[in-house]
Amino acid sequence: MPDTTTLPAATLPPISLRRTVTNAMATGCAVGAVVLVLAPLGAIFGYLVYKGIGSINWAFLTETPKPVGEAGGGMANAIAGTGLILLIASIAGVPIGIGAGIYLAEYGRNRFGDLVRFTADVLNGVPSIVIGIVAYAIVVLTQKHFSALAGGVALAIMMIPTITRATEEMLLLVPNMVREAAYGLGVSRWRTTLSITLRTATSGVITGVMLAFARVAGETAPLLFTAFGNQFWNWRLNQPTAALSLQIFNYAISPFDEWHRQAWAGALILIVLIVGAVSAVRIAASRGTLKGAN
Amino acid sequence: MGVGIQVEKLNAWFGKTQALRDINITMAANHCTAVIGPSGCGKSTFVRCLNRMHETIPEAHATGRVRIGDLDVYNGTSATSIRRRIGMVFQKPNPFPTMSIYDNVAAGLKLNGFRDRKQLDEIVERSLKLSALWEEVKDTLKKKSGASLSGGQQQRLCIARALAVQPEVLLMDEPCSALDPISTGKIEELIFQLKEHFTIVIVTHNMQQASRVAEFTGFFLLGELIEFDKTEKIFTTPSDKRTEDYITGRFG
Amino acid sequence: MSGPQPVAKPELAVAANAQSGPLIRSGHNRFADTIFYVAMLACGVCVLALVCLIVYELSSKSSLSWHAFGWKFFFQSDWDPVNDQYGALPFVYGTIISSILALLIAVPLAVGVAVFITEMSPPWMRGPLAFTTELLAAIPSVIYGLWAIFVLVPLLRLYVQPWLARYFGWTGLFSGPPFGIGMLAAGIILAIMVVPIISAITREVMTAVPQQQREAVLALGATRWEMIRTGVLRNARAGIMGGIILGLGRALGETMAVTMVIGNRPEISKSLFAPGYTMASVLANEFSEASGDLYLSALVEVGLALFLVTIIVNIIAQFLVWTVTRGTPARGHA
Repeated sequence: MPDTTTLPAATLPPISLRRTVTNAMATGCAVGAVVLVLAPLGAIFGYLVYKGIGSINWAFLTETPKPVGEAGGGMANAIAGTGLILLIASIAGVPIGIGAGIYLAEYGRNRFGDLVRFTADVLNGVPSIVIGIVAYAIVVLTQKHFSALAGGVALAIMMIPTITRATEEMLLLVPNMVREAAYGLGVSRWRTTLSITLRTATSGVITGVMLAFARVAGETAPLLFTAFGNQFWNWRLNQPTAALSLQIFNYAISPFDEWHRQAWAGALILIVLIVGAVSAVRIAASRGTLKGAN
Repeated sequence: MGVGIQVEKLNAWFGKTQALRDINITMAANHCTAVIGPSGCGKSTFVRCLNRMHETIPEAHATGRVRIGDLDVYNGTSATSIRRRIGMVFQKPNPFPTMSIYDNVAAGLKLNGFRDRKQLDEIVERSLKLSALWEEVKDTLKKKSGASLSGGQQQRLCIARALAVQPEVLLMDEPCSALDPISTGKIEELIFQLKEHFTIVIVTHNMQQASRVAEFTGFFLLGELIEFDKTEKIFTTPSDKRTEDYITGRFG
Repeated sequence: MSGPQPVAKPELAVAANAQSGPLIRSGHNRFADTIFYVAMLACGVCVLALVCLIVYELSSKSSLSWHAFGWKFFFQSDWDPVNDQYGALPFVYGTIISSILALLIAVPLAVGVAVFITEMSPPWMRGPLAFTTELLAAIPSVIYGLWAIFVLVPLLRLYVQPWLARYFGWTGLFSGPPFGIGMLAAGIILAIMVVPIISAITREVMTAVPQQQREAVLALGATRWEMIRTGVLRNARAGIMGGIILGLGRALGETMAVTMVIGNRPEISKSLFAPGYTMASVLANEFSEASGDLYLSALVEVGLALFLVTIIVNIIAQFLVWTVTRGTPARGHA
């Protein structure tokens, strides 16, 4: 048996100063990065509240813009316009998006499905202004004027890939044995997909749809030459319509202080709506699905 | 009342791999037949071929003749209609997670268009009584979700769900393998009582269970039916050596 | 063998309907199943059709300009709508420079944040921090632009640019009058906008590195930073590169915030203080007013080029990310 009593004690040198310092510096840099990234976030929200809160009053929320130079007026028509355009967008975007998601999850585990999946991801990355050009070409050029419909079409094109991938993800989370239980009862495939699978994934799908909404609600670029903007109320589909994001843009680049003030107010409303939607979705998702089920 | 099952020359494949070879078997009405064998012998596949659930797996297909009562399973009617006449209970309890207990039991009926409220109530109550779950859930039928029950209760819920559509045959694919001994015992008692009204085929890897609940037993090995006889005979004086080796624990 | 409670012999024979037949109608299942499948397939085909539509519209509406100028379109600098002369080089230059500048600033920050969240932060901080960085991604471009005009630009004009001119003016990058508005402002605001994406992907690929890799390096006596560097970052390299390229793709197509602070002058200049123009910005500013077929066609050609570049960049990025995370569905980042 080897004699272990005469082995020298472990004589590794203590960890070098250079390595210790490097480690500390790395930690410092990472913390610094976090601070540098969070600072603008805090600054943006801070300024939005600071500059915008004073201008939000009942008049702002209910009146249309006043002519240049006059004080007062509001963005009521812009808020309504955003709602109208989102409504048009969701009529086309939500069903097609969910349908494509169902296709990918239930029928699309094949080469064609991979192609659709890939295309959806590609579509997600197309700059929104390019989508605006396409909507312009399809709708505005044929109708010969800007319209809410064109704006809705542009936003619908943007919503579809997001909703599709989210729906697919949620449907794939439904365990296969739930589907099997339905098949075993003699329920047809289409009924199983709608009444059982989709129903089980409902809260997740709604999350996906709301996130798509939050994303397109703030979009400006695709509306620049589709919905175009409007100083007055408009409820007609084929006329130019105001939108909150458009109004903020136009006011921000204008030379009038009065309009700058209103731009901040409008921005505050927009961010509250978006952050509200995203947070509500997060809270609902973390609470889980229905009573006791998981 | 239950009906008899006749299987002739049943072959089944997963893609190119053959899972069942030339199965011929006749199972008696109002009796319980157990299907035993080591893992991978094809017993689950066999049972899933009886109600064409085998087809739900992509690239799986089967040939042969299966008659359940006067119903020709593979010739003529669609798989969906077949499955309405045959009930199935799976290995892991799978109640519909977003539905209440009531809705779970009624699911098979509602999803196929049945609407009569009063009759639904009666059928749900009757099915839950048949599966010995009624007393435990009768006060929370519509308030609690199916998934909030314990494992054993969930499986009894699945049995009730399968029974609600009044099938003639009940197929059970290792229904107790995910349950604790007490729940297992309750379900075995259930099978005993259900035999009076249904024909039951139960897949099990537990030989003691087979000898407790089934009058007949079929032993499967590598996709073939090696021996089929009264349970008593299989477990005491099997005719085939391979059966004897399995029973005595030399493999599997 | 006796059961527990005698189960009342059920009135199974509800009247004489002991079969299940009369209870359930046999529906026209196959027909309905096929219709449903076709409807869902149609939705999937829609997605393909949309991309084809985009390519078709962009190509056909830009053909006029393509035939007029050919490849020179992207190498000439004169953008003169009055005389119907169009050269898009300033926009290409502006897009590339602003994006590169944005990445130079954003990548170290994003990777730093990701490293902190994944490896260094105490567990209770992880969730809120991740949520906050994702919140940055939810802010609309126009609000970034608004903040940039009234807060970032004055900051640059009054403090940052004079400081840069004093100490680094010799490089030639920081010369000319400090307006605040210009390439530097655009690069900075783009960087802020692109950090969340790069950070999110980096976090995703870092988390995908198996724990055994970290443990192996630590067991050799490495410090935490050394473990991160060799055990995690090295393994996630491809994915992080993918995240960076994805950020590049986002920066290339970013419109509103850039338009609001870049100065919108079609000039090429070495100095970062000078105003510039990007492909997306010229579209935003001039598209709705474009009169004349050639003008419109030239603009659409700029849009087509932007579309092709972003698609190629995004495909490369997604492939790189996929090699590390093995095909989990890519999330559409808001």
